[in-house]
Amino acid sequence: MSQFSFAFPKPGTKKLLVGASLAAVIAIPALLSSLLVFVVPLIQKPMMDALIREKLGHEPATWGGTQWIYALALFLAGVVMFTFAAIAGGIFSWYERRVAARMQSRIGPNRVGAGGFLQWIADAVKLLFKEDLVPGEADALIFRAAPYFVVAGMTLVLVALPAGQAIVVADLDVGIFYILAVTAFIVVGIILSGWSSNSKWSLFGAVRATAQIISYEIPAGLAIMVPVLMAGTLSTQGLIQAQGGWPWEWFFFRNPAAAVAFFILFISQLAEGNRTPFDLAEAESELVAGYFSEYSGFRFALYFLVEWANLWIIGAVASTLFLGGWQIPGVTTQTWAAVRGSGAFPAWGWWALQFVSLGVFAVKTLFLVNVVIWIRWTLPRIRIDQMMTLCWKYLVPAGFAAMLFTLLWQMVALWVPMVERVTALAVLLATIWVTWRFLVQTRKNVSLIAHERVDLSNW
Amino acid sequence: MTTIEIHQKLQEAFGDAVGPLSEPKMDAFAVVKGDRIVEACAWLKKTSGIEIDFLQDLTAVDWPKRNVIEVVYHLFSFPHRHGIVLKVEVDRAAPVVHTVEGVWKAANWLEREVYDLFGVTFTGHPDLRRVMLPDDWVGHPLLKDYQEAGGFHGIPNLRENPLVELRRLDLVRIAEHLKANPPPPPPPPAPPAAAPAAGTPPAPSTPPAAPKA
Amino acid sequence: MSKLVLRRVDRNNEEMLINFGPQHPSTHGVLNFLVETDGEVMRKAIPDIGYLHRSLEKIGEMVGYPGYMPYTDRIDYLAAMFANEGYAVAVEKLLKIVVPPRAQYLRAISCELNRIASHLVSVGTMATDIGAVTPLVYALRERELINDLLEALCGARLTYNYHRIGGVAFDMPAGWQEKVIAYLDRFDSSVQEWDRLISTNEIYRKRLGGVAVITREQAIDYGLSGPNLRGSGVDWDLRRDAPYGAYPDFKFDVPVGRGWAGTVGDCYDRYYVRVLEMAQSSRIVRQALEKMPEGELTAKVSRKPKPEAGEAQSRIESARGEMAYYVVSDGTERPYRLRARTGSYMAMGIIEDISPGLMVADLVALIASLDVVAPETDR
Repeated sequence: MSQFSFAFPKPGTKKLLVGASLAAVIAIPALLSSLLVFVVPLIQKPMMDALIREKLGHEPATWGGTQWIYALALFLAGVVMFTFAAIAGGIFSWYERRVAARMQSRIGPNRVGAGGFLQWIADAVKLLFKEDLVPGEADALIFRAAPYFVVAGMTLVLVALPAGQAIVVADLDVGIFYILAVTAFIVVGIILSGWSSNSKWSLFGAVRATAQIISYEIPAGLAIMVPVLMAGTLSTQGLIQAQGGWPWEWFFFRNPAAAVAFFILFISQLAEGNRTPFDLAEAESELVAGYFSEYSGFRFALYFLVEWANLWIIGAVASTLFLGGWQIPGVTTQTWAAVRGSGAFPAWGWWALQFVSLGVFAVKTLFLVNVVIWIRWTLPRIRIDQMMTLCWKYLVPAGFAAMLFTLLWQMVALWVPMVERVTALAVLLATIWVTWRFLVQTRKNVSLIAHERVDLSNW
Repeated sequence: MTTIEIHQKLQEAFGDAVGPLSEPKMDAFAVVKGDRIVEACAWLKKTSGIEIDFLQDLTAVDWPKRNVIEVVYHLFSFPHRHGIVLKVEVDRAAPVVHTVEGVWKAANWLEREVYDLFGVTFTGHPDLRRVMLPDDWVGHPLLKDYQEAGGFHGIPNLRENPLVELRRLDLVRIAEHLKANPPPPPPPPAPPAAAPAAGTPPAPSTPPAAPKA
Repeated sequence: MSKLVLRRVDRNNEEMLINFGPQHPSTHGVLNFLVETDGEVMRKAIPDIGYLHRSLEKIGEMVGYPGYMPYTDRIDYLAAMFANEGYAVAVEKLLKIVVPPRAQYLRAISCELNRIASHLVSVGTMATDIGAVTPLVYALRERELINDLLEALCGARLTYNYHRIGGVAFDMPAGWQEKVIAYLDRFDSSVQEWDRLISTNEIYRKRLGGVAVITREQAIDYGLSGPNLRGSGVDWDLRRDAPYGAYPDFKFDVPVGRGWAGTVGDCYDRYYVRVLEMAQSSRIVRQALEKMPEGELTAKVSRKPKPEAGEAQSRIESARGEMAYYVVSDGTERPYRLRARTGSYMAMGIIEDISPGLMVADLVALIASLDVVAPETDR
């Protein structure tokens, strides 16, 4: 049907250049994941104490430098998480543009690096060199400060968000609750930016965004209650440990209400992340650019960084709560303990398994990110009254119903444990059928335009 | 119903306020007295069998020689698929006619345009503002004797030919170049075409190539 | 001279006055709307046009009859063929010229191809204004191919200057006929693709259905025409009901709004009428290519025609409604008065009266559904 002929690199390109750009394509994600895998578990308190005791030769309880080491570790954690957010956001910006281009039968950015992979670096550098413009009548202090609130709201989420078996900066007891709470921090930045810009479009966008985010916190919170009830904990790691590696052990399949709650949560997260069809706050055809209309340069880049880093958060939260998170099929808590060994430091096999768990988590998250991108480039935008209707008339009652159903379900499952297995199988089969129909329809749609060659030569 | 029949009925209803139908060599029209035009239009819209519901176009033509501005009404009926063209002649010095906005809403913007470009005042119009031109524009451009005011708020409507200045700069550059690299004296058996005369420098876009020694 | 006096916005009643334009992503061309809003709900949207006024009617009085043809392209650069044809028909009426049948057919073909191109832009930008960016690219992809075909026919992609007084400028190039047929085969399936892509989208239908309803009576009263009129349920098409050119020879349906997504005369009806019209245009082009007669391309017209004193009006079904040229001759070689009545100008007049009570997002939908194009309103 189609001929795949990859014309990269162009004849005559310097070999070194090609090698460097291909190396960057592989090295950047690899470095990012090893940063997560090796640094984040190391800065946990037990590991730090072990480090001080074994490598530095001090007793951590009595040594005066312990607090300094802890502070250094906290700083390191901040740097790692922010770097992760920035680079992941950058890569998503490139990825989203490539996916959008494919969906629109365009090519997309393909000039900077292999497949245009380094485009996001070029864009960031360009934006950094732009003038940091503050409108004449704006409230300069608040205008300048507003992006940092948004960035802080996004980065703080990453503190409690797991990415692997031991890859979480702080496994808070109220983890998921904390995530909900700090997400609302973004609203502060948005309303400040909209108000301080002294532009009616910005104000319009900010008010829309605020109304939207605050409204959708409620169905999101209700949907989150369903896995919390099923796991009996608010800790993100606890939620994942309550699930298993195999699909029928995921919350999504174990309870019909949980499947509903997943969709409620997913829709609410789209709304909270201002993604299409809920991008009313930055509705280009109505509000020019919404609350960041007046921004330029670095501060503008921060807003976009948050928008794309939010993609990771959307996917990660949903896969943590409903899709089993980092759980590797067939690997249980006992396996983890056995692999770790009894030493002060974990064995190499443990580190390798961390990589695998990060990979599992990333695959689930990136799939959801993909779905978000597909939705964005497919659906039109809904109107503000429809958005509010959807939230208050449909999602909130459905969220309550899902929560109540789960309460009853938990009791029934206690009496008759088989129920859970049977439902899981049924929901799984239903999901497989839906996926099958989706693939068949896609194939049909593709075959309808079979005469059009899919030309990938200019990737 | 043909235009002639509509015209006959109109004349029956309004007497000599409606003039004769023009020669039907092209599009025929009838001139209506300015003070009866609203009545005539309302009558055309209401009367069963005619029911002209569509103001297809409303425009004007300036006739300085006859000292009138003709306001032209192109009327059409969707149910009966017939139409007629009416004209009102207004005095050029004080062009005033009553609005037909009450009959067809379409007249609102069409009359605004005529007001803007011809200066015809439509009495009773709810929103008679300029529509194409800025509110403080002077004059009405589609009048035959319209003179441009020579700019608008300091924006000139004439400008110097930019090529003149570019040409001058080119000449300066060429002169400097020739000063720096004086051309060699022409060889003794110089054909007249080969030696460039001082008064005819080369084309302005291409700087003169350094003469080969 | 009465001026627009902006009501002072009372600080206590939470109203806001917004300049929606002249530089704004969803004003097609350069338009301005003064929008008074109370939160999301509009009190009123007052159109302010004239940013693209190029005094084309005045220019018409300065140049000769044939010399004005390139200027007509600029009246509506998305559907320049209609502007060409309208002007040509008006002058032919003045000169009493009979256009040879082959030229009539070529006019019909070029106009219908142009109608498809113009409607593609219209429905594509409509989807973008509602927030779905992807359909626009699909629409523009199809339009590019039409641009290629028209370029092969007349050498220009946008401002065609193809029609002449008394005929058309060029004959079809060799092999063009087959290319058009091949394109139409592809296009007919892409109309279905378009339906799958966006027309049947539930959010899209909810955004457009029942929004900014223009009733049948309102539409006629405000002088709307073309797809906007048909979207309001008036079964009227100049091509069928007051045929000109070669149109009596063709069979085609006139789609009329039926309240596909709610009420008759809402934004969705106006939108979907355009989608259906594209398919009908394709039908007309096929028939025209099939029946294409042989013969002259232009009637015999002098280089400097001098029509006798008189006036004539041509009525053309343009992509944006009825385009009527009113030409007054005083017996010289230049028009004494040249007037172009355009569909967008009339559509603009209704926005102020339809807008109260709509939401800001609906204003965007209303503008897009009326297919207002700034050069046509301003001329």
